[in-house]
Amino acid sequence: MQTLTPERRKELELKANDVREGIIRSLLAACSGHSAGSLDMADIFTALYGFIMRHDPQQPDWPERDRLLLSCGHIAPVRYSAMANFGYFPVEELLTLRKFGSRLQGHPERLKLPGLETTSGPLGEGLAQGTGMALGAKLDHDDWRVYVVTSDGEHECGLHWEAVMTAAKFKLDNLTCIVDRNFIQIDGSTEDVMPLEPFADKYRAFNWEVFECDGNDIGQFIEVMERAKAVKGKPQVIVANTVPGKGVSFMEGDYTWHGKPPNKEQADVALRELEATRERILASV
Amino acid sequence: MSSTETLDHAARSMALVDYRDAGALKSLPTRNGFGEGLIEAGTLNKDVLAICADLAESTRMDGFKKAHPAQYIEIGVAEQMLVAMAGGLAAVGKIPWIASYAMFNPGRSWEQVRTIMALNETNVKIAGAHAGVSVGPDGATHQAIEDIAIMRVIPHMTVVVPCDSVQTKKATLALTERFGPVYLRFARDKSPIVTTDATPFEVGKAQTFRAGNDVAIVACGILVYYALIAADELAREDGIDARVVNNHTIKPMDEASIVDAARACGAVVTVEEHQVHGGMGSAVAEALAAKAPVPVEFIGVQDLFGQSGDPIELIEYYGMGTAAIKDAARRAYARKRG
Repeated sequence: MQTLTPERRKELELKANDVREGIIRSLLAACSGHSAGSLDMADIFTALYGFIMRHDPQQPDWPERDRLLLSCGHIAPVRYSAMANFGYFPVEELLTLRKFGSRLQGHPERLKLPGLETTSGPLGEGLAQGTGMALGAKLDHDDWRVYVVTSDGEHECGLHWEAVMTAAKFKLDNLTCIVDRNFIQIDGSTEDVMPLEPFADKYRAFNWEVFECDGNDIGQFIEVMERAKAVKGKPQVIVANTVPGKGVSFMEGDYTWHGKPPNKEQADVALRELEATRERILASV
Repeated sequence: MSSTETLDHAARSMALVDYRDAGALKSLPTRNGFGEGLIEAGTLNKDVLAICADLAESTRMDGFKKAHPAQYIEIGVAEQMLVAMAGGLAAVGKIPWIASYAMFNPGRSWEQVRTIMALNETNVKIAGAHAGVSVGPDGATHQAIEDIAIMRVIPHMTVVVPCDSVQTKKATLALTERFGPVYLRFARDKSPIVTTDATPFEVGKAQTFRAGNDVAIVACGILVYYALIAADELAREDGIDARVVNNHTIKPMDEASIVDAARACGAVVTVEEHQVHGGMGSAVAEALAAKAPVPVEFIGVQDLFGQSGDPIELIEYYGMGTAAIKDAARRAYARKRG
């Protein structure tokens, strides 16, 4: 099990801040896109690319890599920004998000950008594909792992639960589902639109190993992920409680930021806040 | 016509059986050919998997399950999962065949087919069983007659509807070798076997099963046999010499052969066990409107749903039997002569 030193943790927190900055800049350039979920998953994507996953940005099709699937494709800005910040492509390319001819499609397309594992956007489909990959790894006795990032809202899709059943049937302990439990979706609170609670109990009833954590605390997330990796005979789910819009004060907790980008003024405020956060992290011990 | 007369040169070059001799004809369901082909494909390549959604016997995956248990995956009644999970397995180098009734896959799973199989270009193969009204007693809910339309409209997709069980086996093997998303459609009821092991088969290459220059009958699936019988009767009854083309690959369609048949004959009848809207006939009409406009008559289900009944009774009721094909050929022939 890897341990997270305070120095490493600080590096990752700074990196997460960079990822958030990339999200704001790309969304501003695109004039459309999804702010809240992208921002709230910055810490988790940073932890995945910066600490947890076996991967090589120079060899995106390395057969031994861990597979990271983004099921809720609409939060592509966080994945793109994390990929750029971890060396998959130049950070400047983030400014092409959603533009004609860009590799950074509005929803991620595997065939357009090396390093993506699936084409996603239609919700509820990521875990099903991840289940296929994890089963494929088992059939071939490969030791790489599959991580699937999902939104809480997409747990309203029937296909997701077909995958939950199937992964348990085949005892896919090489499969971890990470849920962005931010309680928001386009039309409002998940609990108003379609109640999902008791959320964790649903997975327990389907024979999954369940972990919960603060999804905006890199240290906590890494700690539960390490425990999840050690589970034998069962797939694991991490219910990561996040604050939508995390890192930008006027977006935090406001569902109306699910599907819209900041304008120039708002982006300037957001970037100043992130700069202040950077200073705070650097000053911390 | 007596079976002592030899078949024409087109039929002989395709090594067809003498379909005019009812006593010599064998009948088997096209799905049997899928089952046989799948077992062979699984022997040839251990990356070939069969994923089943609780229909092992009726899709004929049960033989594969016995022959290759380590390559067989059962996931229960979950057709969207069937496609999505196969996408994941294909992404790591497997060649998954997924089977259900065509009504449920691709019927229920269409968006997953579009996004995960086609847009993402994965090497997943769909076997759509129980297509057409000839499913029979199960009724309209289980009779897929829109599937060709919804599959051929998707970019990157290959769509194949073989004419009998022998050809279905060949198609299964050929499509396993062909990289990319594939839809193979077959039927439930037994149907006459007109091809032999010696009959060539190539994805994307239409086959002339009967020579003729008065009208071209372009058919697919189990109705190819009906088209051949109709053509022989037309020759005898009307002196109309019909060409019969087995247009088994609807996408990518062999446009050159279809255009050639239209130019040679000047009139076309399309024959399929599918809605007349959007299916093989529409594909032919699209090609001909652009490249060789001639009168076209469409045999298929006329914008209706199926119902319970005996398979042959239903084919007749919905206007796809030999009498209907002959009438359509006469109409097309008359239209070309003005």
